[in-house]
Amino acid sequence: MSEKKPQLIQGNEACVKAAIAAGIKFFAGYPITPSSEIAEGLAEELPKVSGRFIQMEDEIASMGAIIGGSLAGAKSMTATSGPGFSLKQENLGFAAMAEVPCVVVNVQRGGPSTGAPTLPSQGDMMQAKWGTHGDHPAIALCPASVRETFDLTVRAINLSEKYRTPVVLLIDEVIGHMRENVVLPTQDELEIVERKKPAKDLDNYLPYKADDDMIPPMANYGEGYLFHVTGLSHDETGFPDLKNPDVIGGLTERLVNKVEDNKDDIVEYSTENLDDAEVVIVAYGSAARTAATAMDQAREKGIKTGLITLKTIWPFPEEILTDLLKDVKTVVVPEMNLGQIKGEIKNCINLSQNIVGVNRVDGELITPAEILEAIVKEES
Amino acid sequence: MAVHLRKYLRLNKLPHIWCPGCGHGIILNSLIRAIDEVGLDQEKTVVVSGIGCSSRATGYLNFNTLHTTHGRAMAFATGVKLGNPDLNVIVLSGDGDSAAIGGNHLIHAARRNIDITTVVFNNNIYGMTSGQYSPLTPKGAYGTTAPYGNVDQAFDLCDLMISSGASYVGRGATYHAKQLTTLITSALDHKGFSFVEGISQCPTYYGRRNNLKTAVDMLQWQKDVTIKKKAAEKLSPEEQQEKIMIGELHKVADRPEYVEEYEKVIEKVSKKEGTTG
Repeated sequence: MSEKKPQLIQGNEACVKAAIAAGIKFFAGYPITPSSEIAEGLAEELPKVSGRFIQMEDEIASMGAIIGGSLAGAKSMTATSGPGFSLKQENLGFAAMAEVPCVVVNVQRGGPSTGAPTLPSQGDMMQAKWGTHGDHPAIALCPASVRETFDLTVRAINLSEKYRTPVVLLIDEVIGHMRENVVLPTQDELEIVERKKPAKDLDNYLPYKADDDMIPPMANYGEGYLFHVTGLSHDETGFPDLKNPDVIGGLTERLVNKVEDNKDDIVEYSTENLDDAEVVIVAYGSAARTAATAMDQAREKGIKTGLITLKTIWPFPEEILTDLLKDVKTVVVPEMNLGQIKGEIKNCINLSQNIVGVNRVDGELITPAEILEAIVKEES
Repeated sequence: MAVHLRKYLRLNKLPHIWCPGCGHGIILNSLIRAIDEVGLDQEKTVVVSGIGCSSRATGYLNFNTLHTTHGRAMAFATGVKLGNPDLNVIVLSGDGDSAAIGGNHLIHAARRNIDITTVVFNNNIYGMTSGQYSPLTPKGAYGTTAPYGNVDQAFDLCDLMISSGASYVGRGATYHAKQLTTLITSALDHKGFSFVEGISQCPTYYGRRNNLKTAVDMLQWQKDVTIKKKAAEKLSPEEQQEKIMIGELHKVADRPEYVEEYEKVIEKVSKKEGTTG
């Protein structure tokens, strides 16, 4: 990390480097294609920084272990793919409820079920939002390049520590396994966030009393505060209170709002050629790269086309998209699923505007030609 | 309750919610006496539980406590121990929590010989959900989901733990409360994965359905059926079948402990890094 020179690495390897740079000290995981290089890389790197790696007996255990590791004070992370992500959902909900910072990387593959291992997919967008039961906060980021995988891994870790919530990094197999020549930032160029600590008042610590920013300061186990953590609905003391609707409702709303009300801080996206655009492609992950080529080809044909690349998928930036898309005639949404995010974007436009999805669920990439064809069809 | 033990309890959370006659309070009592005996640092001790009657114990204990998802206490506890190996980690679990949904985590924690002490509150039934049969309900016994008698074979968790690699295994019973305290004390003192099964009584959901109507009946049953390991060895295999062996069943001092083994990896890697610059 000290020398700034180009290196040819995979997205999954960039994720490992970012995890170490952002201070991950504990990884628990269970091997699953196409995410395994992340576990393998961290098995090698963590002991070098006095961190610990464990290969657990399954994905459920891995998710439980990183919650335990985080409560004990270690920045913690796991990595998986579709079926494993499904298994993690119950404990992901626990992390949201108990406000335990941790990061879950999901290098997506085709589904449902064991689906199409090793083949690319963007099929877990909705699972990242609604996979666990009940209303809960969701932060999910989606890189479109190897360098962005590094940046968004650091950001996922930072956001989880800042907001005391699990953060999901949705990589697709194309980005996870693609090698690109990248120059990574040096350690001193990175902003690393540490969890907010309580004042040293051991006897009066209320582990779930939030500050004005809706986030409670977090003590680690072993620092002298004796407190209770549970997945049950709880009051500021951390103990269950199921008799008081205000406590149950207030907690759920605070958990969701600490994320939803901070969209300005959490949402990241980029735009290209929007000024005069009549057609705008909204894309994320590897499909955003295809979309950039399609945009250029459409421009060559004289169709004023722009591109919005979403890096934050959840919380969904509907206000931003509503504003950016308000004068656009047609919105094109390429996705390696049957339109999971298209539905969200539909809420950001009005009835006079067209929205068209370009979708594949056959394990093949979306080509620029397919997106171009959709654009030309809409414009003719 | 000796006054000096009160610091281990969250007195404002008492009285507990366990049913009249339940044995879980006796195990909790044995646990805090054992913690006191060993002299564990209260601030450096984390108690982890899953879901079920037994798992409510963490709420009453004045430590760093973690009440997790059903069956997963061991997985969370493994993370706590690796997140900060200086912490003493204790898992409290029930027979359903540890042997059914959590069975895989239990055997793998034993296999790793990770330095965690586990106490299973075995009342032979799912109490929190009102009396369904568990993997430890004896064959033929009745439960709400075994209205004609349980068809399943019951686990012997201690045998399972010994064969999985736990380096300390003991079994006690609430009838023999002092011995139970001694067993948990030894388990806490032991480096490596230590496991104590505490046979507990559930008169409400197990006893009443199985012709042991009161807590006293159930304790009498414990007295009749339990036998010390040494005495059991004198019995024929058939006679042994009728009895439940209690006491220290297994102890190995020289099995490598997981966290220490991983520390060796860290040392090895940092040396290598040091020499190669």
